[in-house]
Amino acid sequence: MYVAVKGGEKAIDNAHRLLAEARRGDPETPELTLDQIREQLGLAVDRVMGEGSVYDADLAALAIKQACGDLVEAIFLLRAFRATLPRLAESQPLDTARMTIRRRISATFKDLPGGQVLGPTFDYTHRLLDFDLARPAEAPPGSAQDHGQAPDQPSPKDESMPRVTDLLADQDLIEREVPGDPHGPVADLTREPLAFPAGRDLRLQNLARGDEGFLLALGYSSQRGYGRTHPFAGEIRMGEVAVEIVPEELGFPIVIGEITVTECQMVNQFAGSATVPPRFTRGYGLVFGASERKAMAMALVDRSLRARELGEDIVAPAQDEEFVLYHSDNVEAQGFVQHLKLPHYVDFQGELVLVRGLREEALARRKGAAE
Amino acid sequence: MNAIENTNHGGNGGHGGNGAGGHGGYNFAYLDEQSKRMIRRAILKAVAIPGYQVPFGSREMPLPYGWGTGGIQVTASIIGRDDVLKVIDQGADDTTNAVSIRKFFVRTAGIATTEETGQATIIQTRHRIPEQSLLPGQILVYQVPIPEPLRWLEARETETRKMHGLADYGIMHVKLYEDIAKYGHIETSYDYPVRVNGRYLTAPSPIPKFDNPKMNDMPALQLFGAGREKRIYAIPPHTRVESLDFDDHPFEVQTWSEVCALCGADDTYLDEVIMDDRGTSMFVCSDTAHCAERRAAGHRGPDGDAAPTGLVP
Repeated sequence: MYVAVKGGEKAIDNAHRLLAEARRGDPETPELTLDQIREQLGLAVDRVMGEGSVYDADLAALAIKQACGDLVEAIFLLRAFRATLPRLAESQPLDTARMTIRRRISATFKDLPGGQVLGPTFDYTHRLLDFDLARPAEAPPGSAQDHGQAPDQPSPKDESMPRVTDLLADQDLIEREVPGDPHGPVADLTREPLAFPAGRDLRLQNLARGDEGFLLALGYSSQRGYGRTHPFAGEIRMGEVAVEIVPEELGFPIVIGEITVTECQMVNQFAGSATVPPRFTRGYGLVFGASERKAMAMALVDRSLRARELGEDIVAPAQDEEFVLYHSDNVEAQGFVQHLKLPHYVDFQGELVLVRGLREEALARRKGAAE
Repeated sequence: MNAIENTNHGGNGGHGGNGAGGHGGYNFAYLDEQSKRMIRRAILKAVAIPGYQVPFGSREMPLPYGWGTGGIQVTASIIGRDDVLKVIDQGADDTTNAVSIRKFFVRTAGIATTEETGQATIIQTRHRIPEQSLLPGQILVYQVPIPEPLRWLEARETETRKMHGLADYGIMHVKLYEDIAKYGHIETSYDYPVRVNGRYLTAPSPIPKFDNPKMNDMPALQLFGAGREKRIYAIPPHTRVESLDFDDHPFEVQTWSEVCALCGADDTYLDEVIMDDRGTSMFVCSDTAHCAERRAAGHRGPDGDAAPTGLVP
């Protein structure tokens, strides 16, 4: 009759077996390979690398497979793995002006040095289900047979691509981005806990690792009037950049590899102040891979969070750094929300005792009043 | 594929018990020694300032936040090869999460475990303090979800840190007073705030207030780990721990009119087990090890022969 919690260990083992079965699905269907995930679900891989904060497409693909496609779970797997890795070096700041461009657009200028490069984007697709994709293609996509002609856009672009914000800065129309001390310490919230007020380095790290959905909603809220920042997408660029480190024994930078990143520079209004003439301000987003929605949302939120620095009234959630930075991490958030399914019966018993006591007293009072 | 092929990490195979006492490519008790040292420094500071929340560089653990990552990091940082570990959740050794955490340390540290409170050198707990008095030399490690006792009154960490700095705990006294004015009682049954060593207002973690008196003058060291919130705090042995109250509304703990149905104890914290859909329930000790010891010593409750069955595997 009395069902206690004996047998927990066996139950856990069985749960793991059932999970493995559910992951595999129908064994008649061929098993997914990591190559397939990496090559054909690349945007999922990019999101997991970004929020998992490890640039490794194979590990991200493995995490996605292991998590049955649950991307937040995959991010968690990658983060837990990351925590066991040594920190070998700090890279030099990425120079995105030297990016090998695959996509580059500006919403603020019709044309600009380097031109606009549409690149691979969903932007102008009509969202009609393509039933041709429901069966395996007979010829590789992009071949003449496929769409009549191959994409004629030369890619990737390798010419000089000055950033739009640099062009504006040349005319002093936008605030200068003063580089920090390249040898100074860089905040790392995976080593030291968040502390406030948070510097921009800490904030950008937090947002880059932050949940895309959370940042998307916050950025959206700022557009709808909750802390309006009057943004323009000055520039969005996606492509490959070199990562450099300076080994102590060499004393000069060497390239250790290339990563794909998406960078978004928002250009926002600023009325100026007693000491600063009116000029545009910046919001910045940078994420691993092709994750444009996240980069744009990040740039909106970064700019919103500069409210204190720019002397703006803090009236909206997107401007509140404690609110945003403490709640952006989906590994933390999913854990704490889901921990509610762990047993709480000791505390609940305490509440039961309390509520029963309060009810008895209330009933006695009512009875006393009636008599 | 190099990253995957070259790594020892990952996978569930290969239990501990190798030369390093660890698991596969992982260090003893999972955390690397640098991280352990960082955590031990935080613990030392916490012991030196009883009840003060020390920020620490909490690591991402292979268990989710909310499952006890703070307690696990504290235990991993203090555990040695000769330690004997007991893990409880809701007072019981065999709740699924307690089983899972115990298994984690067996796998990564190869240490001995026990269910007997008196045999353990380290007891990691969620939501309870064992009924049996703890001994000098033992360490009780609490898993803490929200380390800030003022959090539900003031959401901002920047504000609550100031309040602690100034020992300005007026809002908590006002809250307790308003409870009494509204309900006639203080309306907090667990995570009931305490004052440690007459200085810091401290969250005892969500233990029932029934357990609060055990914290006072405890011979064992009490360590608290909050992984997601990245805080560690401590109560050294034999420290004064007072539950907040008023002269005319003294602190009191939960009582039951029932006794434990299995062992007959009338002085333990009881779990209510619902027996049917007509309101019948039975009450049993939440501390399963204590209950088993009492039954082994011949104590019997009204339903003492009921054999605990199992969670449906």
